[in-house]
Amino acid sequence: MGEDIQLMKGNEAIAEAAIRFGVDAYFGYPITPQSEIIEYLAYEDPYNKRTGMVVIQAESEIAAINMVYGAAACGKKAMTSSSSPGISLKQEAISYMVGAELPGLIVNVVRGGPGLGTIQPSQADYFQSVKGGGHGDYNMIVLAPSTVQEQYDHVGLGFELAFKYRNPVMILSDGAIGQMMEKVTLTPQLPRENKILDWATTGKTPDRERNYITSLYLDPEVQENHNIKLQAKFQRMKDTEVRYEEIMTDDAEYIIVAYGISARISQTVITMARKNGIKLGLLRPITLFPFPSKRLFELSDSLKGILCVEMSAGQMIEDVELAVRCKIPVYHYGRMGGGVTSSTEVFEKFVSLFLK
Amino acid sequence: MSDIETYKKELLAQGAKKIFTKTKNLTDTPFSYCGGCGHGVVHRLIMEVVEELNITHDTIGIAPVGCTAIAYEFMNIDMQQAAHGRAPALATGIKRTMPDKYVFTYQGDGDLAAIGTGETIHACNRGENIAIFFVNNGIYGMTGGQMAPTTLPGMVSSTSPYGRNMDTHGYPLSLTELVAKLPGTYYVTRQSVHTPANVRKCKKAIQTAFENQKLNKGLSFVEIVSNCNSGWKMTPVESNKWMEENMFRSYPLGDIKLPQ
Ligand SMILES: Cc1ncc(C[n+]2csc(CCOP(=O)(O)OP(=O)(O)O)c2C)c(N)n1
Ligand code: SF4
Repeated sequence: MGEDIQLMKGNEAIAEAAIRFGVDAYFGYPITPQSEIIEYLAYEDPYNKRTGMVVIQAESEIAAINMVYGAAACGKKAMTSSSSPGISLKQEAISYMVGAELPGLIVNVVRGGPGLGTIQPSQADYFQSVKGGGHGDYNMIVLAPSTVQEQYDHVGLGFELAFKYRNPVMILSDGAIGQMMEKVTLTPQLPRENKILDWATTGKTPDRERNYITSLYLDPEVQENHNIKLQAKFQRMKDTEVRYEEIMTDDAEYIIVAYGISARISQTVITMARKNGIKLGLLRPITLFPFPSKRLFELSDSLKGILCVEMSAGQMIEDVELAVRCKIPVYHYGRMGGGVTSSTEVFEKFVSLFLK
Repeated sequence: MSDIETYKKELLAQGAKKIFTKTKNLTDTPFSYCGGCGHGVVHRLIMEVVEELNITHDTIGIAPVGCTAIAYEFMNIDMQQAAHGRAPALATGIKRTMPDKYVFTYQGDGDLAAIGTGETIHACNRGENIAIFFVNNGIYGMTGGQMAPTTLPGMVSSTSPYGRNMDTHGYPLSLTELVAKLPGTYYVTRQSVHTPANVRKCKKAIQTAFENQKLNKGLSFVEIVSNCNSGWKMTPVESNKWMEENMFRSYPLGDIKLPQ
């Protein structure tokens, strides 16, 4: 049998992946530029026609993420998707999910802000995604796809990591990747698992104590210990889950650090630079939390400078600066509010910052 | 063996007759609710019904934010704790992915009728096959007696110190009558637990709500008008009397929507 390859929009790839990876439930609320996810699922009707996966259009993003909480607390693979304003609404429940140690997948197809902003692509939700977003001390693994194939693959990876750590995982995409069409190699249909997990609320059977899912520990000592346990979990993520891609970094004197759509644009910049005899490479973080800080620190010894390319006012650059501990100059270049950077713009910026 | 167990043994040895046993679905943790508060009775009734219907192993409950945020400390079944107002959304996530389970939410009036209005109405409107137990005490108990959507006209609370004024505070909100109008609800009733006769009626309503889940016909909504003697700043006895004289006028007891 040949490979199952299809031409798909980034958003459709997420929806198809949800069905193929055996996800139990999707709860969403329409918002541009990601409504194709729920539309695709509604059309496919997996509940009746494919895997029995539940698809509900909720009354709000808040309801949708709390439906995820309810299903996740039963050990189900549950997910939601939205774009920036909707993700802001989900933050309370994401914090609750971390506090209650629940797995789940949240997809953010980022658009320009602040406020209602614009429906054009942006990467200005980096802080919100990587630094917590809701209340309390917490983190979640943040995956940053830069191709439609990765949009697809990260759904499978996201659930694997969410259940491994009992913590929500976010796919931080953007309007450009969500909307663009590329070919995707699809994986075979996986069954929905219907596993009974020992911590999940599936009904108290006589052979065990009751399970309860909560983030409430009123006693400060207990709450502090709970926090210590969570922090240890985030540290384990930092130790084992860092993912990144390097392009032409071996001999590089300079590198660009960029994720998602900015990394795609930056790839062309690398080609332009190499044609001009400039030793420029690219480091593309695939996990934004945990961030490839260690690798950047190692690389910084042999580098003269780093350019961070982000469609924001400069958010990820803070993590890059921290990683290289000010050993070498680090600059930011990016557009805001839905403006998409061109590779020529980035190249010219790079030359003017480092080579003039 | 606990002191209580020893005492029970002694009494039985002296020839006392056992007329009441605590349901196994309540833990041994003493209720942390104020003496005289209706929450404890409602907890007991729900847990008794779950035991009597023999559905303990198939029941999942949801605790709200409010005085009963820790209901899982007392209810000896699988439970989830929800964000403020979101219990019906959690219940939807549970019931849709595990349609054979019995799912209930337990919510106060601030939780259900203020911050969670949207989730409540839409879960009712989708006709989720769940039970909502709504304890209406006309006040925010947990946070120290602030005005709730259900606070009565003229009623004093810490955020309506001169009495609820409809011009500025709006009118008492009864979601129960409202959701009864939605085709998604199957059974809507209003009960209380302040006398033994009312306790019996309320228990029957709770039982009906669970039995309805088997029929897959829609949502069962049981309001229980209750007291918050602490928030109302009354003795338990005074609060029950005040409830009869005032709360029941705005929130009359009885069935509002019965299965056709
Ligand atoms: C988002 C959010 N807002 C506010 C609170 C604070 N809060 C806790 S309980 C409560 C009111 C609960 O009142 P009610 O639902 O009537 O329940 P009762 O305590 O009276 O049983 C409030 C406002 C919170 N925990 N979360
Ligand atoms: S504050 Fe009111 S509702 Fe809460 S336990 Fe005390 S009496 Fe009951």
